[in-house]
Amino acid sequence: MDFLNDIPWMLIAASIAKTLFLIFGVVLPIVSYTVYAERRVSALIQDRLGPNRTGFPISLFGFQKDLQLFLGGLGQPVADAMKFLLKEEFTPGHVNKFYFWLAPVLAMVPALSTLAVLPFGNFLFGQKMVVADVNVGILYVFAVASVGVYGIVLAGWSSNSKYPFLGSIRASSQMISYELSLGLSAVPVLMIIGNLNLSEAIQYQIDNGWLLLPFTDGKLTLRELLLWIPVLVSFIIFTISMFAETNRLPFDLPESETELVAGYHTEYSAMKFALFFLGEYAAMIAGSSIIVVLFLGGWHVPFLPINTLESSTTPSGIALGFLHITAFFAKVVGILIFFIWVRWTLPRFRFDQLMKLGWLYLFEIALVNIFITAAILAWVK
Amino acid sequence: MAYTVRRPNLTFWEKLYLPNIVAGLAITFNHLKKMLKGETHVVMQYPEEKWDAHLPEYYRGAPTLVTDEHGRERCVSCQLCEFICPPRAIKITPGSLPSDSQFAKVEKAPEAFDIDMSRCIYCGLCEEVCPEQAIYLRKDYAVTGESRADMVHHKDKLYELGGTMPGLVHKWNPDK
Repeated sequence: MDFLNDIPWMLIAASIAKTLFLIFGVVLPIVSYTVYAERRVSALIQDRLGPNRTGFPISLFGFQKDLQLFLGGLGQPVADAMKFLLKEEFTPGHVNKFYFWLAPVLAMVPALSTLAVLPFGNFLFGQKMVVADVNVGILYVFAVASVGVYGIVLAGWSSNSKYPFLGSIRASSQMISYELSLGLSAVPVLMIIGNLNLSEAIQYQIDNGWLLLPFTDGKLTLRELLLWIPVLVSFIIFTISMFAETNRLPFDLPESETELVAGYHTEYSAMKFALFFLGEYAAMIAGSSIIVVLFLGGWHVPFLPINTLESSTTPSGIALGFLHITAFFAKVVGILIFFIWVRWTLPRFRFDQLMKLGWLYLFEIALVNIFITAAILAWVK
Repeated sequence: MAYTVRRPNLTFWEKLYLPNIVAGLAITFNHLKKMLKGETHVVMQYPEEKWDAHLPEYYRGAPTLVTDEHGRERCVSCQLCEFICPPRAIKITPGSLPSDSQFAKVEKAPEAFDIDMSRCIYCGLCEEVCPEQAIYLRKDYAVTGESRADMVHHKDKLYELGGTMPGLVHKWNPDK
């Protein structure tokens, strides 16, 4: 009976510890510093400086000056968070109160829930570094991520105001359209890997080289070279669709400032607005993590040893475990910086161009890509 | 009359759009690189760097009161500036010079002279209207205060900012 009583408690405790570490230790800090990076990189690209003044407010604790680290302005996210928390929580009189309050939550929760199945490391302290190692990993991600559209639709609808409404209509049609090409472009990858479990996807890439860079296992066969073509195509389509799914420029029509004031969150203020903001960036992190897991080998660092469940409590195993986690989030941050870089390079699409791109090009190419992959898999050994 | 805008004939690579995206990314990356290397300098970091040396002669900053080379107040409290001031920022309480002053019978002086800098619009009409050339717009532009009362410049502050303006009053100067 001890056996039955003990095991679930250990599992629950470990899951809670991993969730807390993932959300509060890694993702939320990355979110807040992505906002900072967004402002800073956009400024530098536009020959400005951006927020470079706010230091860490140690002068509150009796020091002479605030702490300024290398680029300056690293205390900005702290100041932003304080501002959002202290601002007036204004609810306009004409909104549908219940859904108005529900919408920011629905925008934030799915983005964070997708992180549950992401293997963000190998083993550490005798634990596998994934909150839920489920066999339907990628399906779970697509299912939960598509719930995110409800937050936006409810926000636009409950605001009872024309600009949020237009923004949410655009968001829903855009997200539904691009989910097709997103899902279809992931199919070739899943056919090659032959498993929906994301940990298995990484294991395949450790054995055979990353999908996008098949030479990372030290050898390049004809089959890998041929499969490289469909993988490259699906990587491009997947990335473009991910931009559309997370409402990032060049597909940020739901909140295009020049047309719709601020789109679906026009009527929101203070922490409710911040939740939309954080939800958007958390969705970006979730999306980049999926790109990393499917195409860039997840936490794997090429030509370095991998720790096992047994060795993960020894000092070298712990060091390797932390290295894997760092590698994973370094790749994610790299993709995030690419997101930001693209945002400040490309102008926004017109809505008909967006729909045309999604339905007439990406959808068909992704579909044909599946058959090409199948042919290569069937005939080239 | 309606007219048709000719669309350019795009080549295959231009229609594909991806090479142009890469070219655009390269442009923005070069801007980023130059900023990080410090090769681009377009932004003035205000409190550390200031534009003061480049202010033109005719710059209209905060209005101030001036004294002549003998230390006499030029203002005779005629109140013309008070009447012309569009936002009514100036408030003068006219007074006399003390009776032991050698100019006591010659002219008057303001007892109080307040300019509310939260109202001043830096139009320069006070400077233009002053027959004694006692009020000048100087180059101070950073006028700050923690309350509305702080934003009112009193007489002593105005003279401190204005300093001395030597030379004859133009109006009485036959050369001008």
